[in-house]
Amino acid sequence: MSQQYVAAIDQGTTSSRCILFDRDGRIVSVDQREHRQIFPKPGWVEHDALEIWTNVEAVVQKSLQKSDITPDQIAAIGITNQRETTLLWDKKTGEPVHNAIVWQDTRTDALVHALGAEKGQDRFRSKCGLPLATYFSGPKIRWLLDNVDGLRERAERGELLFGTMDTWLIWKMTGRHVTDVTNASRTMLMNLQTLDWDEEILEAMGIPESLLPEIRSSSEVYGVSKGYLAGTPVASSLGDQHAALFGQTCFDPGDVKGTYGTGSFLVMNTGTEPITSQNGLLTTLGYKIGDAPAVYALEGSIAVTGALVQWLRDNLGIISTAPEIETLARTEDDNGGCYIVPAFSGLFAPHWRSDARGVIAGLTGYVNKGHIARAVLEASAWQTREVVDAMNADSKIDLTTLKVDGGMTADNLLMQILSDVLDAEVVRPMVAETTCLGAAYAAGLAVGYWPDIETLRANWHKAAEWNPKMEPEVREREYHNWNKAVQRTLGWVEHDEK
Amino acid sequence: MPGRIQSIERAAAILRLLASGARGLSLAEISRSLELPKGTALGILRTLQHVGFVEQDPESGRYRLGGGMLSLGTRYLDGNELRTRALNWADTLASRSGESVRIGTPHKHQVLVVHHVFRPDSTRQTLDVGALLPLHATALGKVLMAFDPLVVPEEVTSVETDAPVRLTTFTRHTVASMATLEGRLDEIREQGWGWEAEELVDGEVSIAAPIRDRRGVTVGAIGVRGAVERLRDDSGRPDMEQVSYVRDAARAISRELGVTPY
Repeated sequence: MSQQYVAAIDQGTTSSRCILFDRDGRIVSVDQREHRQIFPKPGWVEHDALEIWTNVEAVVQKSLQKSDITPDQIAAIGITNQRETTLLWDKKTGEPVHNAIVWQDTRTDALVHALGAEKGQDRFRSKCGLPLATYFSGPKIRWLLDNVDGLRERAERGELLFGTMDTWLIWKMTGRHVTDVTNASRTMLMNLQTLDWDEEILEAMGIPESLLPEIRSSSEVYGVSKGYLAGTPVASSLGDQHAALFGQTCFDPGDVKGTYGTGSFLVMNTGTEPITSQNGLLTTLGYKIGDAPAVYALEGSIAVTGALVQWLRDNLGIISTAPEIETLARTEDDNGGCYIVPAFSGLFAPHWRSDARGVIAGLTGYVNKGHIARAVLEASAWQTREVVDAMNADSKIDLTTLKVDGGMTADNLLMQILSDVLDAEVVRPMVAETTCLGAAYAAGLAVGYWPDIETLRANWHKAAEWNPKMEPEVREREYHNWNKAVQRTLGWVEHDEK
Repeated sequence: MPGRIQSIERAAAILRLLASGARGLSLAEISRSLELPKGTALGILRTLQHVGFVEQDPESGRYRLGGGMLSLGTRYLDGNELRTRALNWADTLASRSGESVRIGTPHKHQVLVVHHVFRPDSTRQTLDVGALLPLHATALGKVLMAFDPLVVPEEVTSVETDAPVRLTTFTRHTVASMATLEGRLDEIREQGWGWEAEELVDGEVSIAAPIRDRRGVTVGAIGVRGAVERLRDDSGRPDMEQVSYVRDAARAISRELGVTPY
């Protein structure tokens, strides 16, 4: 029999990719295609779901052809996707009834406040793990039903289907209307205990259950593909951050992965019981493999990490490319007393303060651009420390290793600083494409391409490792100073300036 | 050794002069400053203009440095940027070869390790980014020397007499004679990759290939290092499969450098 591979489709915010993996978890072929970002109004972001589907078909075909692989060599298809992005389409014709509303879109701002009513943003938190916020799918569905002519009636008559991008792709490929627990956990509509749609929330949000897909595990055969890969099982679905957790083989409670890009996402495996955060984190699904119990997770996202480096490049012009931040930062041994808190649009986890704005604190005549470059890198590390402290407090498990991925992991100085401020080992895995790898792993497990998660663990190799070198007194002093700087960001916006 | 060529010296003087003035200089100013006859200065300027090192302002007729000269000055590539661009390819090389991977750039007569990927097994390894390696006893260094005439061992620059240069030895296999090394560098230029066996550490072999930027200038080298029994075949030659992995990675990174940075 010829060599078999697993195809992972990553339907992301700016592009769709297909990566083929071999049995050792190595990348064999990649293809990628960007799609249009549609901005109908300030704060609104949409995608054309048919364009995305065309791109997905193209990248799948191209990734095979690039490496002379035939469709019969694909053992399974796995899917990972941008989370929360919301689509409604006609059950009969398959035509979307509106562009997909993207997760960043803030059109549901007023609706979200109204839904909270006197109970506030945590109205549904104990059931779905999430605060009311514009990101999540539930309010986006409600907005479409309220604002697009005829949709409410058609929905009541059972003519429409809802899906996040995983559901859309699986439906296009197999004709089945399903989603997985991780994607469902980002709608605000799923009950974390029952892993089923919550009638009370549906009622409160005014969403008919007939719209919704069946919730399945993250790793099982949902159906068989039509088209180019006809006959191939479609066997996994995971939201992007959940796929990265799985791809980093964070299979044990207390395992944490951090993805460092323009923003950063930290996710901790908390085992088979959901933990309600007392410290400003989101409770979410980690993954669910077939009939095995679901694994839960705590998530903390940081809005501005790599984006601060880009700001230094684009708005201040101190560096000409992002990687030069490391060269500049290495011209000094410390931050010279300077701290930067990049609260560009408020502070997220664990503070959740929308009235905060960024500060550069501790300036003296001594501070030069090398110190500022260091403060920029340290800002990513201290923000991580705040989220990790919250995770440790909620889970009662102390972090010992942070598994990192994403573009910023190329910055060795940042990785060292991370290790220093967390007082923990920081490791980068050999395959940086952990999101696709996670989707491939889940699909491969479902069809027996990989026998068990122990095999996946054995595939995981360290590409690099950083260990703490900072003296405890220095760490304490610097954390104290960072906290002082954070205090100075609070309450900057005095009125609702929108 | 042939004598110095006067017109090249004069051309260099003109370039230096143009580099010092921001607003451009007229032919009269150039010939006066350098005490050159106008005809001679004009001939040199036109030649430099032809190769793109000098350009003439069409309005004022003044001369200034051309774009070709400016791009010579940007040959420096930030090591951290090289690592960022090379990250995925270096991982792929480590994963295909099963060996540790390093990327090196020239730094003060040595090789600076700007990126290091661990060997994909469960052994404990330490990151040696920032370490300096000898040019003549590593595949990375040999490749850098072969493709960049400005990269030479310290010993070459410190010897003032015509006495043969002796290079530092690390093992009994280290090539200590500059003449022998020159021969090896010719081979590397010929085949497009380099290797060494047990010249730095007993029992270890390294293989490397050059990374080039969009102008074809060698800006670094990528290579694998590992046990002699894994990287050398029975005939005493390097394992050609490993060589092809290294060259694939070097080509992929070079392609990557051909595109504009993010």
